[in-house]
Amino acid sequence: MSLTLLIYLVVGFTFALYIGIAIAARASSTKDFYVADGGVNPVANGMATAADWMSAASFISMAGLIALSYNGYGGSVFLMGWTGGYVLLALLIAPYLRKYGKYTVPDFIGERYYSDSARVVAVICLILCSVTYVIGQMKGVGVAFSRFLETDYETGLGIGMFIVFFYAVLGGMKGITYTQIAQYVVLITAYTIPAIFISLQLTGNPLPQLGLGSTLAGTDVYLLDKLDTILVDLGFQEYTTTIRGSKLNMMAFTASLMIGTAGLPHVIIRFFTVPSVAAARRSAGWALVFIAILYTTAPSIAAMARLNIVNTMQQPDGQALLIAEKPPWFENWEQTGLLQVEDLNGDGRIEYTADPETNELTKLDNDILVLANPEIAQLPNWVIALVAAGGLAAALSTAAGLLLAISSAISHDLLKSTYMPSISEEAELRASRIAMAAAVLGAGYLGLNPPGFAAGTVALAFGLAASSLFPALLMGIFARRVNREGAVMGMLAGISVTLLYVFQHKGIMFIPGTSFLGNMSPNWFCGIEPNAFGVVGAIVNFGVAFIVSRVTASPPSEVEKLLDFLHEPSIAE
Amino acid sequence: MAEDKNVDRLQRFAARVRSLMLRLLVVWFVVSFGFGILLVEPLNVIRLGGYKLGFWFAQQGSIFIFIALIFSFSSVMTRLERDYVDVKKEFEE
Repeated sequence: MSLTLLIYLVVGFTFALYIGIAIAARASSTKDFYVADGGVNPVANGMATAADWMSAASFISMAGLIALSYNGYGGSVFLMGWTGGYVLLALLIAPYLRKYGKYTVPDFIGERYYSDSARVVAVICLILCSVTYVIGQMKGVGVAFSRFLETDYETGLGIGMFIVFFYAVLGGMKGITYTQIAQYVVLITAYTIPAIFISLQLTGNPLPQLGLGSTLAGTDVYLLDKLDTILVDLGFQEYTTTIRGSKLNMMAFTASLMIGTAGLPHVIIRFFTVPSVAAARRSAGWALVFIAILYTTAPSIAAMARLNIVNTMQQPDGQALLIAEKPPWFENWEQTGLLQVEDLNGDGRIEYTADPETNELTKLDNDILVLANPEIAQLPNWVIALVAAGGLAAALSTAAGLLLAISSAISHDLLKSTYMPSISEEAELRASRIAMAAAVLGAGYLGLNPPGFAAGTVALAFGLAASSLFPALLMGIFARRVNREGAVMGMLAGISVTLLYVFQHKGIMFIPGTSFLGNMSPNWFCGIEPNAFGVVGAIVNFGVAFIVSRVTASPPSEVEKLLDFLHEPSIAE
Repeated sequence: MAEDKNVDRLQRFAARVRSLMLRLLVVWFVVSFGFGILLVEPLNVIRLGGYKLGFWFAQQGSIFIFIALIFSFSSVMTRLERDYVDVKKEFEE
């Protein structure tokens, strides 16, 4: 059977599965549509949260980001940041918002800060970060299709939109939850199987987490030591010790990703679907278990694939790879533009070094590590088909969660809570379906015509969530004295500082040439790179909120009562 | 009088929750920012098989500990809430 046919079969089967689930799990009330009737089992919700959370970027790009762009140790910021946020979410945010018992994040902010303007500011922050995030997913769908199924980008995007449209509009949160569970199973199988094979080949240990700390098969040299040595020989820095920027930068980066994670609305609303506060706490633990299966495998894929690539470039006799002897996968991926070779000195060999003057492997895209991994390790064709289906599952599940967050913010927070409070339940359900349909079409349009800032989208989404929503939620739950004025000013200050810093270094709306300070590290504030700046925005948000609250009136007594209720033990007595 | 006892009981519960959170967050900070970043060089002298220990915390260990933190929070909270209800029953009897 040809590879293309096999990929069509596997991807087709998974899509049929998602549509089948959508028909079985239709939403019949607004509670179904927003929170799946609040009846989802905590373990099942953990699995759905994991799929919701792990995007095309986690699945396709993260291993390469760690191994290539951040040279190993520096990439730890993603691993710790994107998992450590769940500790904050489980301890400080999710149980309290579940106890609050409403449907959306702006719902809570609007009521806690007794103000429609606070709610509207929260909706704007939510839409800004969810829309920037969803563009990345739509691009991921288009790219996965065009690479594996040899369709053009637009067709791929269209098919992906159709699938999401079908189950998100029909089923709302209920349909999304059950498809996300199926998508988790597909994506985790697709991610771990190649890793197990490669770990076995290199170290003889089937568990990638242990294989990374083992010796290379048939020798007594540790894999990581070998990788350090050969990278240093090629002029790179050591894999296991290279710091990204400075330690302060690494800490700020990790902290920004952590609090961004704990403030992302599409993740938070997943915890509104479980039956109790205790279930919300347990569910966060399960979510992290399911996420950790991928996140502890990723560093193994990163190091092992990097070693495989270096070994391919370096012949056993110590000479560089002859152009005439390139393996078939090399040519396949050269055609996609992810790999590029230029024989600068005309010796017929490809020299791979750290020095841009002599390096002849001129392009080595981050995504190649996961996408080409099965071919580099000479795994069977069905593994390649599985990776294609897994990448699509990761992108579709995250896109659906984001679209639900956007559409419920529009139909529930803007329409029902702010501008048309008298709207009936059926009309609100209809409005939420229309908002969802519009959100899918809007996301598709942005996927087809990505705006200039699409390049930095996911990082921007985290910065915005970290500097606006997370502080507003945390203070809303724990700081009784913070009032309406403080919260609104704090959110606006936090988001402005973060946007300004990102724009001044990366261009206004990421348009090249408009960055007035230039993307140069000497101009960075304390050496903190723009992607790591969310935590500084959050500190500004906290500071402004506390000062403004101090000089304005205390919150009314209803807020006192709400907070008493949130902090009460929540056990059935 | 009954009111006072109730308030007292609630305050005790809140204090216990606060100290639980604080202790867990200290561990959370130490294993990630501490062992994974600030103290990575001294820890890297120690080896865990092929892993340098600081590198292991940054790329594997901290994640396992995060999971343990959430589940212990979940189980201790359930116990605190049950104690709260038990004391209330005793008091009402």
